[in-house]
Amino acid sequence: MKIDVKLFENGKRRDGRKPDELRKIKIEAGVLHRAEGSCYLEWGGNKVIAAVYGPREAVPRHTQNPLRAIVNAKYNMAAFSVDDRKRPGPDRRSREISKVISEALEKVILTEKFPRAAIDVNIEVLDAEAGTRCAGLTAAAVALADAGIPMKDIPVSCAAGKIEDQVVLDLGKEEDNYGNADLPIAISPRTGEVLLLQMDGHLTLEEFDKAIEMAINGCHTVSELQKQAIMKKYKSNEEGN
Amino acid sequence: MTVTPAIKRDYLANLAEQGKRADGRRIDEYRNIEIETNIISKAEGSARVKIGNTQVIAGIKMDMGDPYSDTPDSGVMTTAAELIPLASPDFESGPPRENAIELARVVDRGIRESEVIEIDKLCIEPGEKIWMVFVDIHIIDYDGNLFDAASLAALAALMTTKVPIERLKLTLEKLQEKFPSIKNYLDEHPTDYALPLKTPPVSCTSVKYNGAIVIDPGLDEEEIAEVRLTVATDENGDIRAMQKGLNGSFTVDEVKKVIKASIDNGKKIREQLYKSVGK
Amino acid sequence: MSETKREIVIPSQLLGDLEKNKAGSGTFIEDGKIYADTLGVLNNRGDYINVVPLKGKYDPQEGDFVIGIVEEALSAGWLVDINASSPAFLHTNEVPWNIEFGETEKYLNHGDSIMAKVQQVDLLKKIQITLKDRNLYKIKGGHISSVEPSKVPRIIGKKGSMISLLKKYTRCRIFVGQNGRLWIDGDENGINKVLQTIKKIENESLSYGLTNKIEELLKKDSKDVH
Repeated sequence: MKIDVKLFENGKRRDGRKPDELRKIKIEAGVLHRAEGSCYLEWGGNKVIAAVYGPREAVPRHTQNPLRAIVNAKYNMAAFSVDDRKRPGPDRRSREISKVISEALEKVILTEKFPRAAIDVNIEVLDAEAGTRCAGLTAAAVALADAGIPMKDIPVSCAAGKIEDQVVLDLGKEEDNYGNADLPIAISPRTGEVLLLQMDGHLTLEEFDKAIEMAINGCHTVSELQKQAIMKKYKSNEEGN
Repeated sequence: MTVTPAIKRDYLANLAEQGKRADGRRIDEYRNIEIETNIISKAEGSARVKIGNTQVIAGIKMDMGDPYSDTPDSGVMTTAAELIPLASPDFESGPPRENAIELARVVDRGIRESEVIEIDKLCIEPGEKIWMVFVDIHIIDYDGNLFDAASLAALAALMTTKVPIERLKLTLEKLQEKFPSIKNYLDEHPTDYALPLKTPPVSCTSVKYNGAIVIDPGLDEEEIAEVRLTVATDENGDIRAMQKGLNGSFTVDEVKKVIKASIDNGKKIREQLYKSVGK
Repeated sequence: MSETKREIVIPSQLLGDLEKNKAGSGTFIEDGKIYADTLGVLNNRGDYINVVPLKGKYDPQEGDFVIGIVEEALSAGWLVDINASSPAFLHTNEVPWNIEFGETEKYLNHGDSIMAKVQQVDLLKKIQITLKDRNLYKIKGGHISSVEPSKVPRIIGKKGSMISLLKKYTRCRIFVGQNGRLWIDGDENGINKVLQTIKKIENESLSYGLTNKIEELLKKDSKDVH
């Protein structure tokens, strides 16, 4: 169903952004009382909350790894987070996203320190607007740091894409629906290693080079915001709240 | 599962004997309540409620659907609750267990049986199309008293819900081709409008442990509670819903005491609720 | 008290290199450089660079005194929650009682609290605890609370200065396990005071002059009461 939706107007995107501009992001660490680590994150119209429990004994016993902790990231969208209500419960999309996020986090968490344990990361999307997996992983990383989980780096995620033959950063809602390509990635900002990479659509090699460079730059910008959010939480404690 | 030390239980039980609570509250005193509405842009209505550290988000989604055959001119409402693993180290992911189901059903009945939603005003085309209202409750931080937090969040969300004419305009106009009388409905409601509601009852929950009856149980108190009673009352002080939980028992006198405390606290909470939705 | 600046570091922060320093706890090494692996406070001792985490589970060390909560009675012993990344095991040989096989429940059961000692932590982080020591026992009465394990040194204070203050002004018996659990016994007001003060210490653990501040607060409180 091709609807005539103009994604570009006078060099600016529908929401007024430049091609390499991120949506507005707000990150807050340590927002929940029960969870050992937590993070609330807004990214454009996305609102996600992430919570970490662990390391704790992995159950059921047969899932335990005798040498290291297992990382269970669970991504879930609230029924009210989308235009057409989503039936509660994990669907195949959520399970796939949970898997790729778990794998990305496993690479940076020092899991050998906790044999037979599990590190449970729960990501809940409360309000969705394109790029929820990037928002989710980014929030999960802050929640992990907040929980005191030892990591080699604080992973960060961002997406680039193509709309009307132009490579742009951080696809918004209609851009995601009517664009030509979507490339979400996650990196370890210290080393530049790619921890998550997915792509759908159509990109020439040249466009891909441009897109991934843009996404990596986006990641670095968001990484600064993560670090600020973590430091802000503890600075306020230090100053005798 | 986290283990509660027996010593802690005994300590709380001893305090109870003296009519005291671990956090210093009076037995008829609520923790601080915060209500925030319109927090989810995709939802037709939404609210976040905090009672102490317990935090619940309720989202209302609406869609057009087919009526039940025995109520052809009536809208339809369903309530679901998720005790997501985010909220507590003891919540597991997976299909809702009895606790979540009981919670959803109690909140649902509180809304349904007291006819808060004017369900007969949710008809688009008699016998063919009606509005469905989905109430979804997400517990995000569990520190005791989910019943009251969930009910309050559902109410605050409903009281700020707008029927999504705009979002479904195309579908409605297409339906008009089949059912021309929908034109009257659209003329009457050309754009998003407030969900038709009656004044809601407010629910208050109390638990008993070691002879003491306390309102708004915190997590520690819930863990040692022998029996629980939720009472929903309306603006006239009349009773609209009740639910007893857990395997202990109350005397009739105790039930009456709980009802009185629920009426008193219900009044205060109702004031706060109205204020937060801008009434 | 040493006046080293209390700097907070985050995972992946570069702290130094192996040419000048040694990598202590809370750090990892990559390409000859030392990085922080947790959100914590930088703590340099000699040429060792250490990071003390702000939060996290208890990291068991042999010889530590801990307060455990029994999870399950098994045939050969008990599984005990000591706030570590997995439960500790208490073998029937490591208790002062003579236990018939299969009668473990008669002595310790789910929910019981014990004052125990970490006996052994093996390479695979399997933890064994013991009750065989004159200071170890099954706990009765009082109240149990907890703090972040990393804050335990602050609660105890230099040479026990902080905890002595607490005991003095609240007239409570207090024991702090290295795993962050506390046992408090006294009258209700005393216990409440201990809990409130401990919360304050936890929140302001990084500030200077905390011991004096807490003493002032406790003194003031007592004045109001008496």
